[in-house]
Amino acid sequence: MDFVSILSIFVLSCFVGYYVVWSVTPALHTPLMSVTNAISSVIIVGALIAAASAASPAAKWLGLLGVVLASVNIFGGFAVTARMLAMYKKKERPVPQGDKTHA
Amino acid sequence: MHEAAATPAWVLIAYLIAGVCFILALRGLSSPESSRRGNRAGMIGMAIAVVTTLAVHEIASLPEILAAVAIGGGIGLITARKIQMTAMPQLVAAFHSLVGMAAVLVGAAAFLNPGAFGILGPDGIEPVSRIEMGLGVAIGAITFSGSVIAFLKLNGNMSGKPILLPLRHVINLATLAAILGLIAYFTVDQSPWVFWTVAALSFAIGFLLIIPIGGADMPVVISMLNSYSGWAAAAMGFTLHNSAMIITGALVGSSGAILSYIMCRAMNRSFISVIAGGFGGDAVAGGAAAAIDRPYKRGSAEDAAFLMKQADQVIIVPGYGMAVSQAQHALREMGDLLKKEGVRVKYAIHPVAGRMPGHMNVLLAEANVPYDDVFELEDINSEFAQTDVAFVIGANDVTNPAAKTDKSSPIYGMPVLDVEKARTVLFIKRSMGGVGYAGVDNELFYRDNTMMLLADAKKMVEEIVKNLG
Repeated sequence: MDFVSILSIFVLSCFVGYYVVWSVTPALHTPLMSVTNAISSVIIVGALIAAASAASPAAKWLGLLGVVLASVNIFGGFAVTARMLAMYKKKERPVPQGDKTHA
Repeated sequence: MHEAAATPAWVLIAYLIAGVCFILALRGLSSPESSRRGNRAGMIGMAIAVVTTLAVHEIASLPEILAAVAIGGGIGLITARKIQMTAMPQLVAAFHSLVGMAAVLVGAAAFLNPGAFGILGPDGIEPVSRIEMGLGVAIGAITFSGSVIAFLKLNGNMSGKPILLPLRHVINLATLAAILGLIAYFTVDQSPWVFWTVAALSFAIGFLLIIPIGGADMPVVISMLNSYSGWAAAAMGFTLHNSAMIITGALVGSSGAILSYIMCRAMNRSFISVIAGGFGGDAVAGGAAAAIDRPYKRGSAEDAAFLMKQADQVIIVPGYGMAVSQAQHALREMGDLLKKEGVRVKYAIHPVAGRMPGHMNVLLAEANVPYDDVFELEDINSEFAQTDVAFVIGANDVTNPAAKTDKSSPIYGMPVLDVEKARTVLFIKRSMGGVGYAGVDNELFYRDNTMMLLADAKKMVEEIVKNLG
């Protein structure tokens, strides 16, 4: 891909991001941060390429370390987001005021 | 020999699908119902990106890679399971630092082994790639060291007090100029010293940028670092000609920028004034000293229970003090008991209550507070005037009427919750000595219709619960 195509993808994605993020409800801003954190770890793609090549041992080890760090984020980020969103789930069945018994 | 030019079409399409999955992940967050589907879309997108990358490159070290994923993934999963919801701001800061560091490592690997990344031209690394690589490493390093400082401040290892170096603006601008100059110079001279100096200076400026920022501005800092981690990923995407990374980086970058903007607006502060730093130390402002002698009304848990039982409507205003004492569960219990008495109970949330955007919503969700009872500032502010009791639990600055009336106050102009309009204000606070994070005294404490409940938030709410039962 040439530079201009890449730049086009970038600029259009910024606009998509702008409109999509404004539609996120404020109550979910914390899950928004943890999920964006998980997806920004797509940088693992670069780390994998470095780790896969045998041409430079130093680059390979840097890549492997990058894979470890990005994996912490990918698994941790999606899991903690899922955990938070599950807490919001319980409120999908609204409890009528006044007759909620709790344990 | 540009490898990217020879990338098969199916790979480009796979990365595009991954990018679409990531867009769906964010889109899902427009409502709690669709959010879990969105999170799953994000996971699928990540799996597609990883599998595609592994399929298209010759892998000389699959066992090591799998081991690295297992180690990282294991640490991530355990952390995600164990972390307390009150510690989310620290966790997010720590995660941001990892993305930043990963960007630096990928940049360094690309510098040492450009052939593997397809960016090797006839005269060494292609000039345009050198710029992209330099920017990616710089933003990654700033994200890393900035996030580490944010983590230390949020985790209490470092005081929330701003550290103001003399001449800091001059130092920061000079460092920034040096980084940009060296990145430009990198296009003509790709010596290792240029590359590593860019990295070192960027680590230093990330540190310098965050130390002057006070505790009250943490929601902005976290969002800002979120944005940086996205731009770092996007810059590495440019280096690698990888559309999945560029799409994702742009999404995350805009997300953080928008959240920073929302947080700044909620504090009536400009982004520049936040990153210039200084606002919101532990207890700094002059107004605090005069507070000690003023008369105020002190109430007990019994009084509070009695007042709320009689009320038609109670609005609960949670703040960071609730998070610190982990009072959210006791608070929910109190709300339930009041509802049994026929009281309408609502929760009012200020956008910058807590240490990150939406932090209070998460804590209330954790305690099973019904989603429909929780309101944003704009939606509930007019209701305080028709409310019998405003129950403020550890939220000082966001309820301070001085923001509306006192032009000399550092928080003047900040939108606040109009709690003082309620017939009675119950205010839980640890003691009269401390002031809020912005370091400003709150005149509300001394008003006739305010009753101070001086205790640890959780203990006080538990006492009230006993008195309601």
